[in-house]
Parts: sequence; C-alpha cells; structure tokens
Amino acid sequence: MKNDNAMDIDYVARLARVALSDEEKATFAKQLGDVLGYFEKLKEVDVDGVEPSAHPYEVSNVWRADEPGPAFTVNEALANAPARRDGQVVVPKVVEDA
Amino acid sequence: MSAPDPVLSAHELAASLVSGSRTAVQLAEDCLARVRERDPAVGAFLSVDGAKILEAARASDERRARGAPLGPFDGLPVGMKDVIAVKGEPLTCASRMLETFVAPYDAHVTERLRARGLIPFGRLNMDEFAMGSSTENSALGTTRNPVDADFTPGGSSGGSAAAVAAGMVPWSLGSDTGGSIRQPASFCGVVGLKPTYGRVSRYGLVAYASSLDQIGPMAHCVEDAACLLDAIAGPDVRDSTSWREAPPSFAEAAARGPDRPLRVGLPKEYFGEGLDAEVEASVRAAVETLAAQGCEISEISLPHTEYAVPVYYIVATAEASSNLARYDGVRYGHRAEGAADGIDLYFRSRGEGFGSEVKRRIILGTYVLSSGYYDAYYLRAQKVRTRIREDFIKAFETVDILVTPTAPTPAFRRGEKTDDPLSMYLADIYTISANLAGLPCLSVPCGKTQSGMPVGVQFIAPHFAETTLLQAARLYESARG
Repeated sequence: MKNDNAMDIDYVARLARVALSDEEKATFAKQLGDVLGYFEKLKEVDVDGVEPSAHPYEVSNVWRADEPGPAFTVNEALANAPARRDGQVVVPKVVEDA
Repeated sequence: MSAPDPVLSAHELAASLVSGSRTAVQLAEDCLARVRERDPAVGAFLSVDGAKILEAARASDERRARGAPLGPFDGLPVGMKDVIAVKGEPLTCASRMLETFVAPYDAHVTERLRARGLIPFGRLNMDEFAMGSSTENSALGTTRNPVDADFTPGGSSGGSAAAVAAGMVPWSLGSDTGGSIRQPASFCGVVGLKPTYGRVSRYGLVAYASSLDQIGPMAHCVEDAACLLDAIAGPDVRDSTSWREAPPSFAEAAARGPDRPLRVGLPKEYFGEGLDAEVEASVRAAVETLAAQGCEISEISLPHTEYAVPVYYIVATAEASSNLARYDGVRYGHRAEGAADGIDLYFRSRGEGFGSEVKRRIILGTYVLSSGYYDAYYLRAQKVRTRIREDFIKAFETVDILVTPTAPTPAFRRGEKTDDPLSMYLADIYTISANLAGLPCLSVPCGKTQSGMPVGVQFIAPHFAETTLLQAARLYESARG
C-alpha cells in the first residue's frame, strides 16, 4: 500500500525518549502510517470558529486550601527507586570530570 | 467453566452477612477457593494476597460482632484493576515498567472502599497502562473469556470483567478511557458502568489520558453497580477535575425507578455499517423491551460519530505521551542496566520497560503534538471533540437517554486483531464518544449469540444523570428477566 502518511520515526522516537529496535521502527512506521491515513477523515469537518475542548465540560480554576499534611518519609519516597544510597536516588554520572 | 453462581450478587451476599448466615471470613475463603479453582483457566488475577484479605475479613467480622459495621457492605471483597493504588500492594499496570512497583498510598476510591469495610481483593489483569481492547497487551499474563477460552475478555479492564463473570468476586473496579469498562462487560456478560467525568476522583488511578479516564464498577446486576458507585463517588480535593457536589444515593434512585416514561433515543449512526447482525438483533430486542415498559422510542442523529475514533486516538495518545513521560528509569520503575549517561538511561529504560502498544501510542501522541503537526492533528481533534459533545447536548434536548450497541461485535478470538492496531481501535467505535463528551454510560447484558457469546446494550445519559442511567438500565434488566 502506498503510504503518503509516513512519519520520521527516528525523529519522533528521539522526541519521545524511547529506544526502538530497527524491527519496531519498521513495524510502527507502517502501522502508524495506516492510522495517520485514517486520521485524514478529520479534514472533512468544518471547524471554523469552533472552540477546542481540552476537557469534557466547562470547568474554571479549582483551588484547595494549601495546608500542611502528612507526607512520605524519605524511606517511603525511595521505596520504589531502582537504586539508592544515603537517602538519595543514584543515577548515572551527569557531570563531566573537571 | 460452569455458569457463575447467582448467589454471588453483591447485595444478596451483603444481606447474608447482615443476617449472620455467613461471615466475612467464610466469604473471603469462598472467593479465594474459587480463584484457586477457576483462575488457572481464566487468568483474571495477576496476584492475590490471601493472608491480607483474610485479616481484613476477620476485622470485618469483629466489627459486626460488636454491632459496629461500617455500613451494609462491610466485609464484601472488591476485585481491583491493577491500575488503582492499594497501599502496600503491587501496582503494575500489567507492565514490565512497573512489575516490582508497590503502591505507596491508597487511591481515593480505595480509601472510600475501606471506610465502608469493603475489602480490596487481588490485582486484576488489563492491557498494559489500560491501552488496548482485548487484555492481550498485558505484559504479565493472559486473560481468557470465561464464557469461551478461545475468545478475549475484551479490554482494557478484561481481568475485572472476567473475575466477575467467572464468579470469583461479586464485583470489581475497572477504569474506562475509551470503553475499557463497558466493552469487556459486554464481551463477558456483566454490567459495567463509566460515571460522568469528574464523578469519581482519579487520585491514585495511574494516568493514561487524564481528560478521559474514569474509574467505575463492574458487577452482576445494575443494582450492584449502583451500590458500588455509591461507595466510590464523591468529591476529592486531590483531583482538580473531581466534581465538587456530593452525589445522590444511586442505589435508592435505581430501586425507585423512573418517575415518568423515559424518552429513549436511538442514534442512527450506531446502527449502520460494521454492526454485527446478531448484536443488532439483540439490541433491537432490548429496545422493544423498553418500549413495552412504556418508554417512548425515537431515532436521533449524532452526526459527528464517525470522527470519534480518530479524535480519540489523537487526544488520548497525546495525553498519554505526556503522562507516561514520568517513567524515566530514575525514581521508580524499570531501570536499564549499564546506561552510559542520564539520557541513555531514559531511552533504554523506556525501550525495555514498555510493550509494543504503549510505545506505539507514545510515538503517535508525540507526533501529533510535535511542531508542524500540532494544528493539523491535535488542535483540529480538540475542535471536533467540541462538535461531538455538542451533538450529544442537542440530542438530550429531546430524549432522556440514548440506547446503542456497546460494541460492534461480540467477543473476538484471541490473536485475531493483535497485528492490526487500526482494526483493534475500531472495536471502540460505540464507546469512545461518551468519554470524549464526558457522559455517564453503562453496558448491560442483552442476550447471547447463537454460539453463546454475550452481547451488551449501552445506555448513555446526560452529564451527572447517573440516576436516569441506572433507572433506565434497571427498568430494562427487570423486564428482560
């Protein structure tokens, strides 16, 4: 099938911060090309002057009182961390040696 | 698989606990025995902590013995989709990314269940991060339709539907972003209800598409669904989209029935091409039943229906690409070994931790939000979303409730659609619009195909009109027999 809706999968995967295998790139490019082709339907709709909806119905700002309450202990907050040391999350080095 | 034991309807079980003819411990032991006996063939549960459940059941029996139960349902187990936080229990979203994650706090719905003495029971399988329509996207297990193991239970709340249908728990909670409660309810032959957006707090529900997600009940009958909705609905300051007004008693309203003949609208776009003939016959028979109960039936039009699927897969994937950016391999979740630096860690942890459908939706959502494509896809979809909502508002000027098929087909076979995402997306064609418009809706069983697969009929009501929704569904269910 001719595909006019190819996306630059390398570029989008980089934006999305997801490592994809070559096989995944090939499969997704084809499948998502079909999906984008299907999205073309939306061009038929007259949307002149229509407000976009980000939400199912109108809501204005919702506020709650800013009051101190119970919070996690350090151990609770770190309980799901993949690596920790001295009450902190361990990550790969992000700063070059001087 | 034997037919579900009708004694497992929640309100009857609750009555037996109140009368003392059974204890909460006996009930918990019975459910655990059923899981041991039946779940190997169904695969609804990812995990069940029997010791914790029995401990909660003992506490319930002690409250009743003291004459201080936490309400009429104290001691009843509730199956929990593995996307809803229960403190101290796994919260995997059926993903490798969260395979070892333990919930550090209770969701609002979990707090409300506990406050009523209800017992969170097990972690139910689902499509990974609730993305899918067959539960086949689970990275952690296979769930089969209890009616016929060659078929999917639907999805994404396939475990929640299958556990109820197989009689392992009296009821369960699912979540519904584009049909994920109603479609599996239809496929497995149970009742599934998606409340109005905002009716139930999303605090502690792992986010997929935040402007669409709602938690809702799955049960054997409309009355049970109303009772479980009463338990979970209500305002919560921790979800800024939570509706601030306290809800009425849905169980009372459902029992009372409608106070005048209901005007039922049939959207003609939901009865067209692509609708399975047996499904259509069952749904039309349900409409006849409603007419015989005094409902006024008329055909209406929702002209933007055909755009709902593309709008949904733009809006939902855009929101998902943003929501799932939090899985970075740093603070929690899967971390790749041997990453060169922080960015490499991010790329590789996500590449390894997410399954195919999740990656596909993240890529699609990132694309529709990316510079140069935002207006053509995301902004246009948001405008068409407005049109879809306006269609419903106009329809509800002349009718009280809409009746449609829940899904275009009965349950499909396992493996049938897994290589064709677009055909899987079209399985949601009748359920998606209600999420985009934020409307309350439910699926009720309305018959079976010749090969014995269940069919569901969907009811859709105006915003916050769950009362009408439940009354209409109950009216149908009682007359259906």
